[in-house]
Amino acid sequence: MSDVKEFDTRPAGNPSAESPLAWTFHRQGVLPRDANAGVRLREKSFLGHLILRGGAIILDEAVREVLGMALPARPNTLTLDESGERSIQWLSPDEWLVIVPGGEEFALESRLRKAMGQAHYSIINVSGGQTVFTLQGEKAREVLMKSTLYDVHTQAFPVGKGVSTVFAKSTVVLRRPNEDSWELVVRRSFADYCYRWLLDAAAEYGAIVER
Amino acid sequence: MFHIYCPYCEEHREEEEFHPKGQAHIQRPVDPEACSDEAWGDYLFFRDNPRGIHHELWVHAVGCRKFFNITRHTVSYEILETYKMGEKPSITAADLSEKDKQAGVQAASGGWQTVGARPESEALNKEARA
Repeated sequence: MSDVKEFDTRPAGNPSAESPLAWTFHRQGVLPRDANAGVRLREKSFLGHLILRGGAIILDEAVREVLGMALPARPNTLTLDESGERSIQWLSPDEWLVIVPGGEEFALESRLRKAMGQAHYSIINVSGGQTVFTLQGEKAREVLMKSTLYDVHTQAFPVGKGVSTVFAKSTVVLRRPNEDSWELVVRRSFADYCYRWLLDAAAEYGAIVER
Repeated sequence: MFHIYCPYCEEHREEEEFHPKGQAHIQRPVDPEACSDEAWGDYLFFRDNPRGIHHELWVHAVGCRKFFNITRHTVSYEILETYKMGEKPSITAADLSEKDKQAGVQAASGGWQTVGARPESEALNKEARA
């Protein structure tokens, strides 16, 4: 059993919460809905994000037991469960990003801590610090090509790959969970900037923003 | 722009993702309390500035955020190899081609650091080499 003090960052009683893009959407008023849009942009807000750090073997055993998924051992890879809602991504040789549906993260953290016992590791709940954008549509790759230095050609960036890289003038974790969508994990404070950058880059193809 | 191979990400990444962090393989004096001011000053402030092969510390700041080493040729700027922390370089000054040697290309020897770069420090430099 772990002797680390934990606390649930989600307050009881379900008070209203605002996504990092709340003010952006408010100021924008009407969200873009172009006909024949080449790009569809959506924010997946309020997901549970955990950063796992520690040895790959001990963490792998724990996530197999708790989440029923293997830890991606190869650099720049991503594993998803069958529903596609839970994912684990390699960030560095001793660091992984776990994203689960919102509300699950505290229970997951407790169960992982229990599974890991007194091993040398760390789990940090970063749910409030970052948000996820999904980019879909036939021109999504074109928009990314304008924004990031990383090679997003389907040969260089197959499904199941994820990298942290430079995006516009900020940094994002860019990943490809399935054939027709791209995900960007962005910092909360860069969410507005990245959102507006994406809309600007997508202007020539037409964009639809879904909430 | 060019690409640098990150030994942790195991692929080439844009140079923009990296930061140089100066000379690699600098050893901290084993007993800082007992070492001389000069030795401590060398450790803290003085770095090699060789013409030729240089081992450098870099960090993949935007990617995996790991530190690693690069062996770089300071004349051609060519990156000869990159290797993880704790590993030994496979290319060293001893591997310099004969042509480089004749042209007077120097290289940093492991552990030895320049004692001042001014001409009047020459005696000290000789001492340090011996």
